[in-house]
Amino acid sequence: MTAPYFELGYFGTRGALVAALVIGIAFGWCLESAGMGSARKLAAQFYLTDLTVFKVMFSAIVTTMLGLFWLGRLGVLDLSRVYVPETFLLPQLVGGLVFGIGFALGGLCPGTSCVAAVTGRLDGVALVLGMWSGVLATGLAFPSLRAFYERTPRGTLTLPQVFHVPYGVVVLLLVIVALAGFRGAEWIEARATSRSDEPPLPNASREATRPVAGGIGV
Amino acid sequence: MRRSAARPYANPYLAGVALGLVLLTAFVVMGRGLGASGAFASSTAGVVSAVAPERAQANAYFARYLGGDGPWLDWLLIEIIGVAIGGFFSALVAGRLRVAVERGPRISSRARLTTAFGAGAVMGLGAVLARGCTSGQALTGGALLSVGSWLFIAGAFAAAYAVAPLARRAWT
Repeated sequence: MTAPYFELGYFGTRGALVAALVIGIAFGWCLESAGMGSARKLAAQFYLTDLTVFKVMFSAIVTTMLGLFWLGRLGVLDLSRVYVPETFLLPQLVGGLVFGIGFALGGLCPGTSCVAAVTGRLDGVALVLGMWSGVLATGLAFPSLRAFYERTPRGTLTLPQVFHVPYGVVVLLLVIVALAGFRGAEWIEARATSRSDEPPLPNASREATRPVAGGIGV
Repeated sequence: MRRSAARPYANPYLAGVALGLVLLTAFVVMGRGLGASGAFASSTAGVVSAVAPERAQANAYFARYLGGDGPWLDWLLIEIIGVAIGGFFSALVAGRLRVAVERGPRISSRARLTTAFGAGAVMGLGAVLARGCTSGQALTGGALLSVGSWLFIAGAFAAAYAVAPLARRAWT
């Protein structure tokens, strides 16, 4: 086993922060170039006219999942040293539902709102500020939320453990589901284009957003 | 300011594979994945701790960010600064930097900004409860096949699709 490098002591906390910055830059570059800094493009996911969010997200998940599986199997990466987020069934389901409401209304998520904000989208700035206030308020209210936050703990729990299916089988099934999902996404987008006289947001979605000078109706 | 042609966005599948390789690199180099809401959590902890140090220490949510090198050198906070830098330069070279309010054709800019602020606050609550967001749970935990992360993905998409018809005025 030669990885993960940080966990195995190849470099210290200062090196970890350099890695954080470099990895973050690559992450932000990917998000922006996929169009994930555009709230209209993201919101179109929920009206089934542009499924970029689904395509980007699930091709990323499948890529990483396959990489982890094969690097683990080849003995390059010690998966027991990779941090897996712990499962708390109820708060994570409810948190997801609450998060989804904000996602549909705001058209951006925490990471993409940062990209939207730095590329000049004022709605991204507003969302970042709202997100920050929401986390602050929830944090201040945490003493009364704590009982719910810690309900239904299951520790590190993965899909193969729950369904008693080998790791490789779950990976294969998810790849098949994702490929079927991509086919479905292409079909839905094609149908949306043919049914609507107004074309869906083109890949360079520009025309429907207004420059700020003419846009702010104060 | 008239924009010369902004370059079109990348192919979503290629961008997704690239994003997946970045996430995989994080696992190989650091033994951990990506995140975004964690940066909001550590920075709020930093501000609360500066304003009311005892209150921050007494609060179990903020206190966890106050150990080690402190909230301002939190790994995810530095990572999200990187996200901002990477996003900015990607838009710069592609000619996509533009000051604007992105909104649907039927909503005023002021209403869009108010909604965005409120939506952000709602997502803040959701991300705290879920212990992460689309980055830390959906991408990172999803790729690790974590059950809680897949519950988060299911909940987030279900709620977004349920709310979208009610929010049609904001986008279409």
